[in-house]
Amino acid sequence: MTDKERFVPDEGLTPASTAIPAAGELEEFTRPPRSQWLNVWDQFKHHKGAMAGGILFLVIVLTVFVGPWLWPLDATTIDIRARNQGPSLAHPFGTDQLGRDTFARMMAGGRTSVSVGIAAMLLALGLGSLIGVLAGFFRRLDGPLMRLTDLFLALPLLPLLLVMMLLFREPLNAAFGPEQGIFILIVTAIGVTSWMPTARIVRGDVLALKEREFVLAARSIGTTNTKLIARHILPNVLSPIMVSATLGIATAIITESALSFLGLGFPPDYPTWGRLLFDATDYLQQYPERVFWPGMAISLTVLSVNYLGDGLRDALDPRIRGR
Amino acid sequence: MNFKAILLGTIATAVLAPAAFAEGGRGRDGEVKIIYWQAPSILNPYLSGGTKDIDASALVIEPLARYDEKGNLVAYLAEDIPTLANGGVSEDLKSITWKLKKGLKWSDGSPVTSEDVKFTAEYCMNPEGGCASLSFFDGVEKVEALDDLTVKVTFNQPKPNPYGPFVGGQSPIIQKKQFENCTGAKAPECTEANFNPVGTGPFMVKDFRPNDVIQYVANPNYRDPDKPAFASVTFKGGGDATAAARAVMETGEFDHAWNLQLAPDVIAKMEQGGKGQVQVGFGPLVERLEMNLTDPSPDLPEGERSTRKHPHPFLSDMAVRKALSMAIDRELLVEIGYGKAGKVTCDLVPSPDNYAAKNDYCLKQDIAGANALLDEAGYKDTNGDGIRETKDGKPLKILYQTSTNAVRQDFQALIKEWWRQIGVETELRNINASVFFGGDPGSPDTFQKFYADVEMYANTFNGTDPQQYLAAYRCGNEPKPESQWQGENINRYCDPEYDKLIDELARTGDIKKRGEIAIRMNNMLTKDSYTIVPLVHRGRVSAIASSLGGYKMNVWDSEMWNIADWYRIK
Amino acid sequence: MLTFTIRRLVLAVPTLLFISLVIFLLLQLAPGDPMAQVPLTVPPEVKEKMREALGLGQPLYVQYWKWIVQFFWVEPQVLIDHWFGTSFSTDNLRVISWQTRSPVMDIVIQRIPQTLWVVGTAYVVGILIALPIGIYSAYRQYSWFDQIGTFVAMVGFSVPPFFSGVLVIVIFSVELGWFPSIYDTTLVVDSWESFLQQLRQMVMPVMVLALQITAQISRFMRASMLDNLNQDYVRTARAKGLTERTVVLVHVLRNSMIPVVTVIALGVPSIFGGAIITEQVFKVNGIGQLLIGAIQANDLPMVQTLTFIFAVLIVVFNLIADVLYGVLDPRIRYD
Repeated sequence: MTDKERFVPDEGLTPASTAIPAAGELEEFTRPPRSQWLNVWDQFKHHKGAMAGGILFLVIVLTVFVGPWLWPLDATTIDIRARNQGPSLAHPFGTDQLGRDTFARMMAGGRTSVSVGIAAMLLALGLGSLIGVLAGFFRRLDGPLMRLTDLFLALPLLPLLLVMMLLFREPLNAAFGPEQGIFILIVTAIGVTSWMPTARIVRGDVLALKEREFVLAARSIGTTNTKLIARHILPNVLSPIMVSATLGIATAIITESALSFLGLGFPPDYPTWGRLLFDATDYLQQYPERVFWPGMAISLTVLSVNYLGDGLRDALDPRIRGR
Repeated sequence: MNFKAILLGTIATAVLAPAAFAEGGRGRDGEVKIIYWQAPSILNPYLSGGTKDIDASALVIEPLARYDEKGNLVAYLAEDIPTLANGGVSEDLKSITWKLKKGLKWSDGSPVTSEDVKFTAEYCMNPEGGCASLSFFDGVEKVEALDDLTVKVTFNQPKPNPYGPFVGGQSPIIQKKQFENCTGAKAPECTEANFNPVGTGPFMVKDFRPNDVIQYVANPNYRDPDKPAFASVTFKGGGDATAAARAVMETGEFDHAWNLQLAPDVIAKMEQGGKGQVQVGFGPLVERLEMNLTDPSPDLPEGERSTRKHPHPFLSDMAVRKALSMAIDRELLVEIGYGKAGKVTCDLVPSPDNYAAKNDYCLKQDIAGANALLDEAGYKDTNGDGIRETKDGKPLKILYQTSTNAVRQDFQALIKEWWRQIGVETELRNINASVFFGGDPGSPDTFQKFYADVEMYANTFNGTDPQQYLAAYRCGNEPKPESQWQGENINRYCDPEYDKLIDELARTGDIKKRGEIAIRMNNMLTKDSYTIVPLVHRGRVSAIASSLGGYKMNVWDSEMWNIADWYRIK
Repeated sequence: MLTFTIRRLVLAVPTLLFISLVIFLLLQLAPGDPMAQVPLTVPPEVKEKMREALGLGQPLYVQYWKWIVQFFWVEPQVLIDHWFGTSFSTDNLRVISWQTRSPVMDIVIQRIPQTLWVVGTAYVVGILIALPIGIYSAYRQYSWFDQIGTFVAMVGFSVPPFFSGVLVIVIFSVELGWFPSIYDTTLVVDSWESFLQQLRQMVMPVMVLALQITAQISRFMRASMLDNLNQDYVRTARAKGLTERTVVLVHVLRNSMIPVVTVIALGVPSIFGGAIITEQVFKVNGIGQLLIGAIQANDLPMVQTLTFIFAVLIVVFNLIADVLYGVLDPRIRYD
């Protein structure tokens, strides 16, 4: 920005987003103060993308968690006479090479994939944001935490997972049972190996933010570090975190499938979307619908979370509230 | 070209091919392209043992004799096959004398002599070399060069089957001049020799890129002046079996793709591409269930799990093993998993003919019979949860493990369902192949450690003689903590009767008698005890371009055994 | 900033040594056996002998020390010999791969061109597409362009390369026959003809990879631009009468680059690391394929060396990113 340029009056270049509220809304200023979260919710409600994403996400979650109770066929029931069938009334999504109902498998798979995806994403996001904020905000922690990040970035994923399996599978199985145990192990494995980009990104933003005027101002009136981080830093790094979240879900679902087909994941009779997609890839030419369903389910889940994230971000940004 | 034209063309070439084959000189057909989805890492089979490396080196270095597609020995560098009848094998079965063909030359122009053969044995038998084919030289006392062309191998005990050293793709002759300074601990340092061995085969290496691609050109000193028909070979490695099959049968970019373990309908669809077909050959490879006769329970202290100290709570009872086998519909397994690349089998040794028991006890699935058998043996479902219990109240729950592989996971799902129908609950586990088949004593997931009740994999033997294969089930040869969990008696089988037969087989020279003993041993492990439950006799599957002639599928030796005879159908 | 860079470079040495030790221990602890791919027909006693010949029986610290010496002392000598024709390195054992029994670095150097051609091109293409898309999507938030961009980016990122790779092969190689399904690593580009062939075989892998990279970077670019477009300084700049072009492409873009620079810097080492699955699918035998092959074969010297080179690149590029932050936003200071 150069100082030499003379001040020129606004020529209507300002986009609508920065326009001052019209006079008709004056009433708004005289009303009693509302809670901040109510405002956020108001904004969120009017965000078309967010509502669409939210509803879609709810539908997906309901289908995969409640659906299996309503659908008569089980994901593991083998009906060998009905194998490789196309969509029909009895099997709306068709059947696979062993005659298992694809719709039931999609729902069962979704339950695993959605839970793993969200849990692993939250873990990675939590870890990443925490380390990113700490490293960016406290100069003394920056060195050690970022070297730790470098270390984790450098570790080869596959041997790391093998070691985790070796060390923790049996104890977790004993403590939580085989299914819960492997779930915890997989979520931890994915979370622990994918927080680093979030941490680097958040730290980069925090480094820039903490030199901004409003942070200086807040500090000068004696705001504590905790408050400073919670009220001023975190809301301002929300948008990269949201992007990381959406990308993180997709990565977690796909990584889970990679683990499963390497023999490091769930038992083989446990369908997941990633695994259904992988198994169907060989049959791409014969039965294209088999890749379509899991591919679409993963994409839709990621899209819905993305729009949710967009809406949340917009709703939390006071500058564009009321648009 | 329409279908009829192709058909006519095929018939025409089939008629004309032998004529075209006889005339024409070396290198007339340009380039042939081979794809292996596992890439060769080294061209010295003595340092690797991997099939991919043995096959890639088979174009360059050759043994004295190979097995042909029917399992018969054919002389390669040797003049003929030494036998008892022609005096090549001594009466006491303790020595064999090979004679080299006259006028053989290495690709660098120097003559092949008996010194090279003798050196090959020294190279592999060097205690520090870590030679992968060492078992081929088992019992070799000395190797002598009697004259320039004669080699005598002496064994320390009678060898009914003396065709171990220098026979087959795992034991080719290497050049003394090239490898002289590469013996023992220095073997891995000779990168140049390991990557570019001088050989007698139809081709020689032009460029070797480890784990990627090899380019060969025709060997100008090859013994048949009209062969090979191809001037060069590209041997590409990497990717997966589906992609390799596609490159031959659908896009036509390659001429030969190896070891395609794919679902039958995937292969059928690809064959419709019309650019190539699948060829199947059956060796002794059997996909089987191994029953753990010892207790793998995690409650036992480490070091006692899956050892002979604790017999299995219910799998040690033959009735349970038999019921588990009866519940399986093998026909369906073959149909779903292998198609024409598999056959139903009840035998551990399904071929060659002389050693095959040809049992049929397991061919029909009999769920009702299995249920009755379990009822009779006292395994009843007392608490109504659908799972039977042993007499002391232990539920029949089985952990069933195998390596990660799409077909094996389908088998697991099917078998789990059948076993459910006879009141046995199954937990499935699949393990990364490089861990499962690795011998790391620190890992709980290796097939040797067998920390599961049942496991599934395939195994086979080299050449046409099952002696060593059957000898694996000797008492004490089981993997155990004291042996770092190494050992081949995976089931922890132990029967003094069986051990006697092992010794008897090792002494017997008569081929017919050997067959009888081997069949008895086979039956003891399968039909009479259900220790090993064979499922599928698996074939070797390769895809061949329609324009590739002269290819003969061979399961007894390297698939590249007759690459000198390959040609382009015009 | 210079002192900061120097201090960080000096600090990088112990960091890297520590990382190499952690990688080494991790690989030792991981279950696996270099003999796993040897057929079952080879008896266990023979396999045991083969393991001994690889030096597996030695104590851990000896194995680690050997690798350190070979990597930091012998390999640089080999490089110097190669450049200047000297002979420092004779008789010293280099880092030897267990699979191929040949020096690891020779194979790495053989593989780098393929990886750079394919993954490098995809990365450049991906960034070049992603930045404009991200900027314009943010500038016209919720326009048709933005909606379609979001949709394509999200679907593109959700579809894993093991599927999208096979899909493009089936469409463009099998059905249409335009491009080869198998990458020819022996192709020498020395004429217009061979250059075209090289382009043809690169199209599909680059397409699949670039889709992923574009999706990721354009999302971060868009989000960051959105954060900045509503800031006060933008209004000020506009008020000063700067052209819209200058406002968006100079002021806003510069301030939005920090997360994008981070993401790009995180991605650059992975160019070297290769794209494991994409390389597998298209048989581009690059570094990624080498690494996964080595892991499956438990070729520890190879895995150790590749991962370590990867670690060096990570440390270096994260340092570069940190320096770039200071350039983009002079308020950021590290001392």
